[in-house]
Amino acid sequence: MNKIEEAKITKSKKKRRRLLFRSIILVILLAAVVFALVSNLNKDDPEIGVGDQAPNFKLKQLNGTSDSLSLDELKGKGVMLNFWATYCKPCEQEMPYMESLYPKYKDNIEIVAVSLDTTELVIDRFVDKYQLTFPILHDNKGQVLDLYNIVPLPTTLFIDEDGVIVDIVSGGLTLDRIESYLKKIQPD
Amino acid sequence: MKNIICKSCGYENQEGTVLCQHCGNPIEKNQHIDGNQNSQLLNMRYEGSARRSKTYNKSIVDKLWNFFSSVRVGVWLIAITLIASAAGTIFPQEMYIPPNVIAAEHYRDQYGIIGQIYYQLGFHNLYSSWWYMILIALIGISIIIASIDRVVPLYKALKMQKPKKSESFLKRQRLFGSTEQLSDEGKQNMISNLKKNRYKVTEDNGHVLAEKGRFSRWGPYVNHIGLIVFLLGCLLRFVPFMYIDDFVWVREGETVVIPSTDSLYYVENKDFILETYGDTEEDERFKEALDKQSGMVAKNFQTNAVIYENTAKSVVGEEPNLEMIKEDSIKVNHPIKFDGYALYQSSYQQDEFKSMSFKLHKTDDEQEESLGSFTIDLANPKDEYNLENGSRVVIDQYFPDYYLDEGEPRSETKYPRNPAFVFLVYPPGQEEPEISFAAIGRNVDASGENQFKLGLQGFDVRDVTGLSLRRDYTLPIISLGGIIFMIGVIQGMYWQHRRIWIHPKDQGIWISAHTNKNWFGIKKDIEKIIIDTNVNVVDQEEQQQKEQKEQKEQKEK
Repeated sequence: MNKIEEAKITKSKKKRRRLLFRSIILVILLAAVVFALVSNLNKDDPEIGVGDQAPNFKLKQLNGTSDSLSLDELKGKGVMLNFWATYCKPCEQEMPYMESLYPKYKDNIEIVAVSLDTTELVIDRFVDKYQLTFPILHDNKGQVLDLYNIVPLPTTLFIDEDGVIVDIVSGGLTLDRIESYLKKIQPD
Repeated sequence: MKNIICKSCGYENQEGTVLCQHCGNPIEKNQHIDGNQNSQLLNMRYEGSARRSKTYNKSIVDKLWNFFSSVRVGVWLIAITLIASAAGTIFPQEMYIPPNVIAAEHYRDQYGIIGQIYYQLGFHNLYSSWWYMILIALIGISIIIASIDRVVPLYKALKMQKPKKSESFLKRQRLFGSTEQLSDEGKQNMISNLKKNRYKVTEDNGHVLAEKGRFSRWGPYVNHIGLIVFLLGCLLRFVPFMYIDDFVWVREGETVVIPSTDSLYYVENKDFILETYGDTEEDERFKEALDKQSGMVAKNFQTNAVIYENTAKSVVGEEPNLEMIKEDSIKVNHPIKFDGYALYQSSYQQDEFKSMSFKLHKTDDEQEESLGSFTIDLANPKDEYNLENGSRVVIDQYFPDYYLDEGEPRSETKYPRNPAFVFLVYPPGQEEPEISFAAIGRNVDASGENQFKLGLQGFDVRDVTGLSLRRDYTLPIISLGGIIFMIGVIQGMYWQHRRIWIHPKDQGIWISAHTNKNWFGIKKDIEKIIIDTNVNVVDQEEQQQKEQKEQKEQKEK
């Protein structure tokens, strides 16, 4: 009798061990598959997305009084970070909209436009043409572009006062849309 | 679940056992599993042990486990993957179509309605589609689980082999022989012959088991381990630390940040060199062959590069503090290597404009005598240039890549591919400028009344090199997987697991033999072992076939 019971106990132990072993193997394999699929899906996505902290950078400023500007200096203010170039038509179209909204929001929101042109000359001429007063930065090596993984121009990021990215918009914007985005990042 | 008691030797076998793990006696009720019931000979796969997948089927975990454990499921998965892989080769994948076309239109225009369906089903990116990856993953899971489920029982079965086997087991082996009379001496002779042929002999009460090449049975599993390591290596390519693949353009004289290195490394292009055959005197010997070719034959693509490390912990965009770490030439297949990265020569553009020189002369001067000249660095043009004669030239507009957009001059890109300028020329002592437009091969006087003209004096060009950045730590893992795979193949292919059983029967013996492959080889072995005895071993399978053939022929007669 004793022996049979003993055998039963060993058997149920064995069974439990087997179930545990199988479960662990299956979970590991499932995790590997999920990892592969998620990684593949995110392959083309920007590394920096909505909800992330906007990484800091420091670039030469081509207009205004200061020589350079870093993103960290703007903490406490909302930031509209616009990536553009003089040869890009939709960028050119939205510049006057940004300029027209700038005076109204400049106390709470900084509009920062990062140009990807090679030469300062073309940017200077462009700034003169449109009488731009918000800071124009020059990313001639494309480092900040690389940091933010920006592909199409223009791309605009809307960053709140804590440095968190609220919206990322690819392509040109209309006056109304810019204003609605600005309202979202306006500190209370 | 009940264990099965062997009727022949009384050993307690696990549920699902086909052949008693002790004496090999067929377990009556399980013969259907390996299809033994209709055959005179026994199927020896997995030693007739209980494959766990075929027995327990209780919880969801067990059900899932058994699904993947099935060889049939595995074969189906492989078949489906093969068909899918083949489908991906019907039309080119997206990465092989021209880069400047829209994929949706390209497939429709090139291949018609079938191409459009192909595109819409996502077959243009088949090998990185989620469902293709799931198929590969399922095969991987199937390999792992099926291996675990088979290698464990097989290992146990081979480990606890007993020399004494049931008569039914022995009689139903493919190679079987017997003799009614064999002296002790004769038997000892056989055993020493076995040892001479490098068999490992175990004896138990007159019963003999001789075995060799057992390790070849592990070949398929070693092989599977190799495959799993290989798949693991491929999986690790998704980890950015393990695998980096990027690209950078560098102009001659420029130093740029190398992408994907967190702005840590910079590369300078000192010179890009393109050599073609026929450039040097020693290439004379190729003259005949070269004449047959239309166009140039490239001999060398080379970038003389310097690698720098940014030692300043600076914010991105700030001026880096560069320290040279390596200077070398990059040639095709000869990358420059640093810190696990490798930069490969992979593309180039020649003759991009670097600078342009203009000279000022009187419009009506036919000799075009220079009144002063200046050179514009196209990467960094100045606002104004002061000439020798006191004139001032101001750049009003600069279009690096000039084109006319509905009559409006614009630049297509930022690269100086077709530079054009609008100049304001202030002659000495004059407040009002003259406006002129100058581009390569073009000089337009907007007003038609300009007294001075800016003529293109010359230009400098430079080359642009395209470098591929690679870091691949998965390669050693993938290679290791390949090596393990090969070892498994060799192990399973070049060795065979041969076993010979000698069973004392009355005054004589029975002899049976089994091998997992190469029956010819084991027959040769047996010939050497039974030499000088009156044992006669027959191949029962061949005999059966012969008999069937004869029966058939008789029927036909």
